This record gives sequence, C-alpha cells and structure tokens, in this order.
Amino acid sequence: MKHRLQFTAKKLVRMALLLLGVSLTAFLLMDASPLDPLQTNIGQAALGSMSPEQIARLEDYWGVNAPAAERYLGWLGDALRGDFGVSLLYRRPVPEVIGQRLSNSFWLLLTAWVLSGGLGLGLGLLAGAFRGRGPDKMIRGCCLVVSSTPAFWLALLLLMVFSVWLKVLPVGLSVPAGAAADSVTLAQRLRHALLPGLTLSVAGAAGIALHTREKVVDVLDSDYVLFARARGEGHILRRHVLRNVALPAITLQFASISEIIGGSVLVEKVFSYPGLGQAAVSAGLGGDMPLLMGITVATAFLVFGGNLAADLLYGIVDPRIRRGAAAG
Amino acid sequence: MTPILSVDKLSITFTRYSRGLSREEMPSVRELSLTVEPGQVAAVVGESGAGKSLLAHGILHLLPRNAAMSGNILYDGMPLTADRARVLRGREIALIPQGVTYLDPMMRVGEQIRRGRGDEASRARCRAVLSRYGLAAEVEGRYPFELSGGMARRVLIACAVMDNPRLIIADEPTPGLDARSAARILSHFRELAEQGAGVLFITHDLELACTVAHKIVVFRSGQTVEEAASSAFQTGEGLTHPYSRALWRALPKNDFL
Amino acid sequence: MNRRRSTLILLVLACALLLAVTLAGGLLADGAASADFTRKNLPPCFAFPFGTDWMGRDMLKRTLAGLSLSIRIGALTAALSGAVALALGAASAAFGGWVDALISWIIDLVMGIPHILLIILISIACGRGLWGVTAGVALSHWTSLARLVRGEVLQLCRTPYFRMAQRLGVSRKRLFCSHLLPHLLPQLLIGLMLQFPHAILHEASVTFLGFGLSSERPAIGNILEESMAYLAAGRWWLALLPGLSLVGVVMIFALAGERLRLLLAPASAQE
Repeated sequence: MKHRLQFTAKKLVRMALLLLGVSLTAFLLMDASPLDPLQTNIGQAALGSMSPEQIARLEDYWGVNAPAAERYLGWLGDALRGDFGVSLLYRRPVPEVIGQRLSNSFWLLLTAWVLSGGLGLGLGLLAGAFRGRGPDKMIRGCCLVVSSTPAFWLALLLLMVFSVWLKVLPVGLSVPAGAAADSVTLAQRLRHALLPGLTLSVAGAAGIALHTREKVVDVLDSDYVLFARARGEGHILRRHVLRNVALPAITLQFASISEIIGGSVLVEKVFSYPGLGQAAVSAGLGGDMPLLMGITVATAFLVFGGNLAADLLYGIVDPRIRRGAAAG
Repeated sequence: MTPILSVDKLSITFTRYSRGLSREEMPSVRELSLTVEPGQVAAVVGESGAGKSLLAHGILHLLPRNAAMSGNILYDGMPLTADRARVLRGREIALIPQGVTYLDPMMRVGEQIRRGRGDEASRARCRAVLSRYGLAAEVEGRYPFELSGGMARRVLIACAVMDNPRLIIADEPTPGLDARSAARILSHFRELAEQGAGVLFITHDLELACTVAHKIVVFRSGQTVEEAASSAFQTGEGLTHPYSRALWRALPKNDFL
Repeated sequence: MNRRRSTLILLVLACALLLAVTLAGGLLADGAASADFTRKNLPPCFAFPFGTDWMGRDMLKRTLAGLSLSIRIGALTAALSGAVALALGAASAAFGGWVDALISWIIDLVMGIPHILLIILISIACGRGLWGVTAGVALSHWTSLARLVRGEVLQLCRTPYFRMAQRLGVSRKRLFCSHLLPHLLPQLLIGLMLQFPHAILHEASVTFLGFGLSSERPAIGNILEESMAYLAAGRWWLALLPGLSLVGVVMIFALAGERLRLLLAPASAQE
C-alpha cells in the first residue's frame, strides 16, 4: 500500500511539473509571435470598443514593455491563486468560459471516447482473431480508409449526406437555432450531438482497432498461446488473448483522450458546436491569449490525468506490478 | 510392440526471402526419422539452431505459418494428421516446452495447469501433480513471474502430466538449471516412461541424454546421422557416423581420447 | 507474385503518382487561381471533372495545386521531424543521465498537448502561414519516432559487437556513422513514411481551421473551408472531390508505409 501511495505521489509531482512545462511552452510560443500583442491579439475592432482604462489594464496585463519572465511569473502567480485572467473575446473569467464550454463538449467527448474505444477494441479483436482472412482484410481496409481521412472532411461528408441530402439531422449547433436555453429538450440536444459524436467515434476507432489488432496478433504468436494450443485448450481468445490485450488496450484507450480532444477542435468547427474546441479556435484566431492559455493547460490536465489513470489501472490489472509492489 | 510415435523422413521447410526479391525454401529439418516406443525415453541430440524445436512443434502440427512439413508421422500406428493432432493434443500427447515464456504471464499457475477447469476433481489432481514435483500448494496462486527457473520447469511438467499422456515431447527442459535440479527433472522423465509413456527428449546435451535416455538420435543440420542405444555412447562402440563419434569423444568422461 | 515484389511495385507506382501530382500541381498553380465568371458554379462535367467554384475557378486545377502543396509540405515536415527525432532520440540514449531525463520529459510534455492545439500554438508563434504550419507539424510529430530511436540505440549499445568496437577505441563519430546509422536507417525510413500521412492530414486540418496557409493559397484545407459556405446550397462537388483526392493521396502513403514496415520488421518480414 505504501508503495502504491509513493508511486501515485511521484506521478502527481511529475504531472504538476509537466503542467508547469505546458503553461511555460504555451506562454513562450504566444510570446514569440511576431504579431504585435495588443493589435493582433485583441484586434482593432475589439480595441476600439474598449475604454481607455481597459486598454491600460490590458497593456499592463500583456506588459508590452515588461520582460517575458516577469509576465509569465505574474500569470503563474495568479493562476496558482485560481485567477486565470479574463477572456478577451467573451469578457468573462477564463475558468468560467472553459467550464461552460466544457460542459457543452463533455458528453460529446465522453461518448466519443467510450464508443471509439469499445468499437476499436471489438474490431481489433475480430480482425486479429481472423488474421489474414476475410473479416481481417475488410476491417483493416476500412480502418486504413478512415485513418487516412481528415476528421473534418468526414464531418463534412456526414453533414452533406444526413443534413443537406437526406435532411434528417440538423446542420449544426448544439441546440436548435434561436431556442431559449431552458426550452431545449434532451432529445434535441442528442439530435444535435449525434453527427459530431459519430464523426469523432469513427475517426478515433480506426487507430485503436489497428493497434489492437497488432497486439492480438502478437499474443497469438506468443509462446504461451502455442503451449495452450499444444495442450488442446479451447477458448484461446477468451482465456489468453483478452487477458493479455487488456494492458495495451488500457494504454490505447487513455492515450486516445488527446486524439479525441484534438479531433473535437475540427469537428466542432464544422458543426458550429459551441464547445471547448470551437473556443480554442476562436481564441487562437481572435488572439485571446488568456483563454488559449487556459484551454491549453486545461486540455493538458485532462491528458495527463488520463495518463495517470492508465498508470493506476495498470497497477490493478497487471499482476507483475500489483504483486511486485506487494512483495517489495 | 508398435511404437507410440514413428517419424519417417520428416522435412520442414521455411519460405523466406533471400537477398533481393526472390523467395527461397529454407530446409530446417531434412528427412528426419526416429521412433519412440512406449516405456522408453528417446533422446534427440543436436546442436543449437538445428531445428530441434521445430521437430517438436511439427509433430504437434503447430508450426508457424510460413513453414511447410512433409513426410510421415505415425502415432500409435496411425497417421497423425492435423485433425487427429488437434484431438490428441493435451489428451494423449503432451508438450513440455523450454521455459517460463510458455506460461501466460497474466494468469495464475493453478488455473493454467487446470486449463481453466474449476471442478473439485481437477483441483485435487492439480494439487497432487504439484506435490508430486515438490511444489507447494501455494504455487497454484502465483503468477509465472513469481516462479524461479526450476519451479517454472516443474510447473510445465506438471501441466504435461495432468492427463496421463501416452507421449511426452520435452523440448530442452533443462538449460539454466543447476546439476541437481536437472537430474531431478530428468528422473521425472524416466519415471514417466516407467509408467508406460513414451518420452521424446530433445536436447543439445549428449551427456545429459546418456544419463536418461534408452536410445539416442543424433541430429545434425536437420538430418539424422545416427540412431543408437544409449549404451553405445557409454562405450563408444557401434557408432558409425564420424559426427557422433566426435560427439562421443567430446564427452568429458572420455577426456578427448 | 511474392509480397516483396508487389510492395516494390506499389512503392514505385505510388512514387510515380505522387511525383506526377506534385509536378502537375506546381505547373498548374497559375491556372488554379484564374477566375472566370462566365463558368461559375458548374457541377462536374467533361471539361471540368471537378466542377468550378463561385469564381469560376477550375476545381481540378485547384485540387491538384493543393495536393502538390500538401505533398511538398508533408515531405518537408516529415524530413524535419525525422531529423529532430534522430537527434534527440540518439542524444537521449547516448548521453543518458539528466539529458535522457530532460528529453523524456520534453517528449511527455509535447505528447500532453493535443497535436492540433500544439500546431495552432506553434503556428501562432511563427506568425501563421506556410512556415507556421510547417514548423507546427514538424515540431509536434517527432515524439514517437524519437522514443523508437532511443530504444533502438540503447539496444544496439548493449550488443557485444558494439561494445567491442567501443573498447577497440573506435571514435564516437565512426561508431555513430558506421554502426548505429545503418541499423537505424530502416526504422527511420519507416517512421518517416508513416509520418507522412499524419503530416499531410494535420497540415490540411490546421489550414482548414485558419491557422495554416493563407486563404489565397489553393491548399486543400482552404478549399474545404470555403466549400462549407456552399454545402447547404447543394454544391457537393466543392467538398467531395478535393477531399476524396486528399484521402487518396494520404492512403497511398499510408499503404506504402505500412507495407514497408511489414517488410522490414523482423517479425513479419518472412511471411
């Protein structure tokens, strides 16, 4: 138990350091931008609509003349106290904007994550089990096509087929246009999330399926499966393959968080879905540095959190870690 | 007595790519012949990399996909086809593989020995087999990574004898073991033979083979070069092929005469 | 026909096709931009197989020009990220200690930010445009290859022949050039081939989002972004055909890379 706690603590410290690194990287990258921070980051129009005090505050905030190190430390100090600044585009505190956007995206991301993982694992197992035969070739072919397809074009394609041609699903947004927030039903939300969710799931499943298949084939070629066959064991797939594919499957599943979030940036743009991804694009194009910083750190937090969860799950699933830890 | 296993002119070839784009057939086992009688330990001795494991896997019809096999294999007087092998594997024919990599790293030892069967009879049998090889009952609950090399080999033997096989194919079961453990494992083979099973013992170690086998087949570059009673290797007489004579002379007790 | 031969034929065909597309796109770049309002919004027909857009531009020419641009950027970024991966992976393995720890940490860091987001950030840092997207894709795609190189180098350093060479006093440079590099080259080659499709896809994606190539360039990302405004009007060809061509190009690369990997990987090379 002590060992496990130590392990978790070490991982947490590493995660904190990585988050620090991410925020510094994001800051340096935005700082390196050759574009004038105030003009391009805030935009002429936005500047015009601001009061002189606001502009003065912004100049202070961006510290046009202050050294980068000072500005970063200023941001960091505020961030540690929970103040991530105010979004320039939305004129609200960054955590509030991210919270609201994330709540829009959350179910979309979660569903896509679960669906792509399940679908990918299932198809990968099937392809591996039928290695070299029809189903394997078909699944591999489909996965190759999907993984060669940009997610946003897949989204465009689905939009053309279901919304423009068949007219069975809405063109975009997370709720019907013009509807008041409290009158929106769950069914309407689902209808609007169906195509983005489908795009993300399908796009994510292809990679997972291909990787899972490789793992299944590795297991089937292993010494222990040969021995199991030499002993006339049935149910090799259930008894040995599933068990040994579990660990790589955990890794794949949690590593796909980053892919799903990345994909959502594209898919949300196509469907005008007002989620986190769309906010990231607006923040980047509109030069909303505090928001972009916040979103980068928040997504990195999700990704590292996923890695941590995978590490902890490993400790439960893998007997070598579980028992090794108990012994040592 | 009909031999339990008789292999006649067995050849195993691999298709592989040579330099460039042409594909070639790589013979690994060439026209190998041997017989194993019930109650007998027959040793196949050959240098490393001579395709010894392939012989074991070939008899069981478990070759990799790019390998092809020809020749006749008779089990109990009848051809051992792929279908028949599938039925007999784990029932009458047992494999004792080389090492711990042949155990599923994610599964407890007991469950592997019992092949997932959880009934009381299997459990009792499993405990009996473990204790027969000097393994405590708690080994059942361990994972393969928690076994020492000698324990892992004994577990593999335990796996093989769960069902009273009539033919046991042991593929290099002793390397890496100290002399005492190796001798104990070999005595188990002898014991299994005494109970009526045929044992095919595949090794690179002639000295070891002499101590346990009734009959020794010397195998070189995929071919049988000599088939002789192990007593012939005690005295060195009756060995016809220069290679087996060289092997005999290389035995420590013969002191490079 | 054995698999090596078919792989070779596939590779040659793929290279020829891609070369043709690249050249054609480069030559057609001028024609791609010429507008002609007498022929606007034509659906695909014999004269314009990909149709025309609202300015009467030939979509086939625009698509080819876009693909050509994509392939060139893909090649550039794959080469750049391969170089970064080789340098950092080898340094990580060769120096060990804190250098190794630092590089591993950087790899974790880069992997912690979703690719798209990282490319956007780097692109902003470079002031967007061609160099922004090139730097973005190159600097976000080296991580897994670097890990691979690191593992390979570590493994090679442990081999007896390498140790022997070291003990015989062979210089570091010689060791690297005549022992490490030949072993790494196939792995690196496969890594680059497999990176190519990702690079092209990400370039198109980032351009689509507006952080890549400027909108007057005929990039696939821009073409598809523009097509969105005409989807509801039923001008399907604006999105379908350029996208399909992109998928085709990416797939050829992915297929060739995959075949090459199977061929050179020891586990599957002999099948």
